[in-house]
Amino acid sequence: MTIDMSQFYQVFFDEAEELLAEKEKLLLAVDIDAPDSEDLNAIFRAAHSIKGGAATFGFTDITDVTHMLESLLDRIRKGEMALTSEHVDSFLSAKDILKMQIDGHRYGSNVDQEAVKSVCQRLHALSEGTASILGGSGAPVPPLVKGEPESSLIQPAGNMRRFRIELPEVPQRDVDALAAELGLLGEINQGVLDDKRSVFTLATPEKIADIIAICSFVLDPDDLKITELSADAPQPNAVTTALVADTEPGYGFFEPMKSEIEKRESAAAEQAALQTGAPSETDSMPADGKQPSRRATDKLPAAQESSSIRVGIEKVDQLINLVGELVITQAMIEQRTGSLDPIIHERLLNSVGQLTRNTRDLQEAVMSIRMMPMDYVFSRFPRMVRDLAAKLGKKVEFITRGAATELDKGLIERIVDPLTHLVRNSVDHGIEMPDGRQAAGKSDVGKLTLSAAHQGGNIVIEVSDDGGGLNRERILAKARQQGLPVSDSMSDGEVWLLIFAPGFSTAEVVTDVSGRGVGMDVVKRNIAAMGGSVDIRSAPGLGTTIAISLPLTLAILDGMSVKVGEEVYILPLGYVIESLQPAAADVKEIAGQGRVIKVREEYLPLIPLHRIFDIEPRYTEPSQGIVVILESDGKKAALLVDGLVGQQQVVVKNLESNFRKVAGISGATILGDGGVSLILDVSALLRSSRQLNAAPTFS
Amino acid sequence: MKTILAVDDSGSLRQMLAFSLKAAGYGVIEAVDGQDGLAKAKRQTVDLVLTDQNMPGMDGLSLIKALRGMTSYMKVPILMLTTESSSEMKALGKAAGASGWLVKPFDPARLTEVVKKLIG
Repeated sequence: MTIDMSQFYQVFFDEAEELLAEKEKLLLAVDIDAPDSEDLNAIFRAAHSIKGGAATFGFTDITDVTHMLESLLDRIRKGEMALTSEHVDSFLSAKDILKMQIDGHRYGSNVDQEAVKSVCQRLHALSEGTASILGGSGAPVPPLVKGEPESSLIQPAGNMRRFRIELPEVPQRDVDALAAELGLLGEINQGVLDDKRSVFTLATPEKIADIIAICSFVLDPDDLKITELSADAPQPNAVTTALVADTEPGYGFFEPMKSEIEKRESAAAEQAALQTGAPSETDSMPADGKQPSRRATDKLPAAQESSSIRVGIEKVDQLINLVGELVITQAMIEQRTGSLDPIIHERLLNSVGQLTRNTRDLQEAVMSIRMMPMDYVFSRFPRMVRDLAAKLGKKVEFITRGAATELDKGLIERIVDPLTHLVRNSVDHGIEMPDGRQAAGKSDVGKLTLSAAHQGGNIVIEVSDDGGGLNRERILAKARQQGLPVSDSMSDGEVWLLIFAPGFSTAEVVTDVSGRGVGMDVVKRNIAAMGGSVDIRSAPGLGTTIAISLPLTLAILDGMSVKVGEEVYILPLGYVIESLQPAAADVKEIAGQGRVIKVREEYLPLIPLHRIFDIEPRYTEPSQGIVVILESDGKKAALLVDGLVGQQQVVVKNLESNFRKVAGISGATILGDGGVSLILDVSALLRSSRQLNAAPTFS
Repeated sequence: MKTILAVDDSGSLRQMLAFSLKAAGYGVIEAVDGQDGLAKAKRQTVDLVLTDQNMPGMDGLSLIKALRGMTSYMKVPILMLTTESSSEMKALGKAAGASGWLVKPFDPARLTEVVKKLIG
């Protein structure tokens, strides 16, 4: 039976990483003064499981670290030692070390042996109870008294491999000859199997093929059974000693099982003696090895049962694309059957109705494949906040809400960086130092909340702190200093938005955490690129909340189709506030700056869509056509179109990849009648409205 | 074909157990923890139970006790897979009704050797 252990490595790595993440989560949540024994057990179990796997698959370095971790945790869990924050710190750094080691084995990345050593020494010192002299992580590590863990950590770089070679029944002189030959390749140990066959354990730098080549002088290679033993198994001679002497077999049986087995074995031996060496059928089957192992290979897929599968994202995208096409086709059918007589074609129309429902369900189901819970992003923050707070000397309680809220995978990956920036900012600038907080009459522990929730077709992610809030005066002063157009009469909302200006930073001290003045503008830009928006709410002394609003998915949007001349354009519904036909008296001309319309005591700039794309419209007067009031980034404008066509869900097709980038257009879609319609880039339209003149803006 | 129930919360260990035992010609039922193991043991009476000790929820010792309480499992060999071979642990295992123990880590050859001794 030749088993290549490396086939299980991948599973082990995945599992170990999961356990490490779980362990970190538990460590961060643990209440040091009154730890929950269930939590301590779970942390212990995580270390224990990783150790078990690492030992089985021969990753000795990982076994060493987890062993120390485990024994320390075991003492804590049994109440022999009280949990301190120093323990938690060392456990967290041990987690990082283990991750590094796993990555080292998995991807061949660098493993900082010094760091491994220092963490091990720290764990060792803690379990010896000499932790007090260690202090923080930066303190020099006293030399270890016992050299034992140190020596076992650094693996010899040699490429020796160990093989177990089982021979078929051959005369003793052949065995001796082989032993002599193989002995030339490296270190050889000889043993005898239960059925009197010989077995070698060979440690050699040579390849398995070389061993077979040598053996084939004496016997048929097909009768050989060669197993590679894990190179750095803890006890190099374990197998040999077990076979030869059976001193410490690593297993045992209790009564009455023990006596039963002994009885059975002696009976078998008697029988074997009677049959004079002829191997019984039951013995030969597993010993032969070839036949059962082939059978096992056939069965392998069944063994790997799992409740989830991994597929390439491109396959999912292809599926989404195809469903998108199907939705369009379905819309065409629906539209074309719309004119049929409902009585004559009742059955056809019923089927079409069913098709519509099924298509919608299918579309939803397929879209949900791409959805991932926000926990994917949120889970990386507790550790970061903890480390940051410790570095800055602040006390922060980190709360997450709505981690189960789902968001498109494409968006979830792109939201990581902006969110990281915002969370860092909150810890660094938002939450005050503990004494400052106490002076302000607040608890010295700051509260940082990260939440996600669905709101209509959007997901709203909020980073909220109960810190000092934004300082209006300082932002205004800084903005003036940077030459930004500001006035004292600006509303708070407008002032807060100033922090998104490029190069803007109000932090008095530039720390290495944040405050270098780069970032907020990038955050804003990244979020805008995802079709989202940022909103700030802040009150002095009470804190700041930054809310990011994102569309749930980029692939489908609710649109309003509008008509100008012969063209139909789609407006993303999220931007549309209302549509109306203004009275002629409400339209005013401002010299040289185009026209405005008065809507509910508010003057909004008028953007004639026909002029932007240079189309011949039916109406040029707002009082004859329809204006659609749009809002983006807190700015409103009125878009003049000929008329409204309807409201529908459209499948967004990328224009850039199919054609080229067109200013003022964010994408395209195919309508129910098969025609192509362009989706307007509303924020770009509103931005352009300020520089609108007689000439077409985009053409 | 004799069937073995392998209970371990570690997927990689479970996979290795299953692969090694199937290669040796046994049928294998996998379970992820004590609870799962007990449920699967009830569904089908197996010829041998291999169980990890340290698992979330129901641990190995509790599983062994629960199995020994069932008439169909009074005589079925149960082997605990454990990382500690301390006499304390052995005593606990014996008291719970285990037939024997196997110290982790073990290689596939050792595993099949032990299994063969137990159920042939």
